[in-house]
Amino acid sequence: MLRGVRDSLVVVVPLTAAAALLPFAYSNELLLFNFIVFLVLAQGVNVIYGFTGYLPFGYVGFFGTGAYGFSLAVIHLHLFPLVALGLGAAAAVLLALLLTPLFRLSGAYFAIASFAAAFAVYEVVSNPHLDAITKGPYGISLSQIYNPQLSYGVAVVILAVTLGVTVYLKNSRFGLSLRSIRDDSLSAAMAGVNVVRARTLAWLISALIAGLIGGVFAWYVSVFYPETVFGAEFSVFAIVFALFGGVATVSGPVLGVIFLYGIYNVIGISAPQYFQLIYGLLIMGLVLFLPGGVVPLLRRWGIDVP
Amino acid sequence: MSPEKEAPLLAVEALEKRFSGFRALDGVSFEVRPGEILGLVGPNGSGKTTCINVITGLYRPDGGKVTFEGHPINGLPSHRLARLGVNRTFQVPRPFPSLTVRENVAVAAYHGRRAGGAEIETLLLSLELDAYADKPAADLNSAQQKMLDLARALATGPRLLCVDELAAGLSRTELERVALRLRAFAGSGIALLVVEHLMGFIGEVTDRVVVLNAGKIIFEGTLAEAIRDRRVVEVFLGTEHAV
Ligand SMILES: Nc1ncnc2c1ncn2[C@@H]1O[C@H](COP(=O)(O)OP(=O)(O)O)[C@@H](O)[C@H]1O
Ligand SMILES: [Mg+2]
Repeated sequence: MLRGVRDSLVVVVPLTAAAALLPFAYSNELLLFNFIVFLVLAQGVNVIYGFTGYLPFGYVGFFGTGAYGFSLAVIHLHLFPLVALGLGAAAAVLLALLLTPLFRLSGAYFAIASFAAAFAVYEVVSNPHLDAITKGPYGISLSQIYNPQLSYGVAVVILAVTLGVTVYLKNSRFGLSLRSIRDDSLSAAMAGVNVVRARTLAWLISALIAGLIGGVFAWYVSVFYPETVFGAEFSVFAIVFALFGGVATVSGPVLGVIFLYGIYNVIGISAPQYFQLIYGLLIMGLVLFLPGGVVPLLRRWGIDVP
Repeated sequence: MSPEKEAPLLAVEALEKRFSGFRALDGVSFEVRPGEILGLVGPNGSGKTTCINVITGLYRPDGGKVTFEGHPINGLPSHRLARLGVNRTFQVPRPFPSLTVRENVAVAAYHGRRAGGAEIETLLLSLELDAYADKPAADLNSAQQKMLDLARALATGPRLLCVDELAAGLSRTELERVALRLRAFAGSGIALLVVEHLMGFIGEVTDRVVVLNAGKIIFEGTLAEAIRDRRVVEVFLGTEHAV
């Protein structure tokens, strides 16, 4: 309880405030928005990978489903954006429910199967024969609801809620039971934990997070193609950021995004050839020397990071 | 009142478990009463761990019945059994390595049988784990991990506790302390099913033993009677665990 308050004060409040206020001081709002998107996605990966040990390579499937669920609700049902956002998120959660049998797979098989599932959704959405419903490969245009201020504001709220969720998971009994499942699902069951239910809940929460931010992404950019919102780089980036900082922590994924996505935007745009080299070396170094990420290292040095 | 007069807490009837044709359990039947310590002994591979695995929901039996407090429990998932009051330790301890010792016990206390979960700190203290409470369980040595397995099982508030080779690898003083503890649990009304190779330990702790060989029960009675039984002696002679 006390730690939850402390974690909120140290991470959630300042980060949310920064996300809300920076647009007044810094003109590249799109970049700030992208930071928010990756902060949210990295925490979403944290929920499912950090707390249950299942690596969702196809995590972008929920993001894309949220984006399309939102857009189709706007286009066909003429719903208000905030209501459409709920529908987009619901679509992502429904997809997650359909994919729960994947939990019978372990390790790499789960990762690959979830990737295949995301690709399958992409194939359906971008199918030219579904033009009338999804606009097929020709993409979505939502100029009628374009509203960068409001959609940015909603993204900030989603960021705050997502960070709140990870603070809760880190400090609650539910989070503890998830970590016990990740360590040894058999022992967890013997300790009385309903393994299937807890794991499914974490999976749905994780999908909900990606679906929400996917919907807001569609709203904010308002023009996009299937490959924009189903691009594998969303999964890869979110996973790398989360792992770099350290999962099953609150601050790890945040540090990962700020540092790595920061580097990406500083070097990646101006000198892409160096960027790939530096990025590659960083990730190799991470795997070799810091398998648990940055936060466990800081903790070993006696710095009590959330 | 002697335990034999009470209704059994656990009744196992004609239990069968096959692994691709091989009969690991072949018609095993026994009963355990509240407060009783039943020893389950037998050579390596005779089916002792499998028996515990079936009782605690790790495996579904291929035949037979497990009854707890008069209700059939075979096929129930482990977490339901834990909440009913059936728990166990593992032959090779299975702590949650990245969780602290205290967290390991806390998970069980939060999720186990509602009323019975013993105080976490009291448990840590009584099993001499209090000094490591904030350390990750991965840092414990194997004897301590065994005690943590036991602490976790106790934290769920079990009424039936199955312990699988808890004594193996413990020092003489540790053995004596564990024996005392198991006796104390039984004294508080918990029924225990104790799998052990060390006959001295079995003799000290159990009220009664069941001898298992190749998935079948070949003897039931006190240990003193067992070591005079011709078939039991035959099974154990020539094995490394001969009395
Ligand atoms: N999961 C399993 N798959 C296949 N065979 C198993 C499995 N578990 C146990 N066995 C076999 O069942 C027999 C009984 O094993 P076990 O119950 O572990 O014996 P014990 O605990 O008495 O030493 C052994 O022959 C063992 O190889
Ligand atoms: Mg065994």
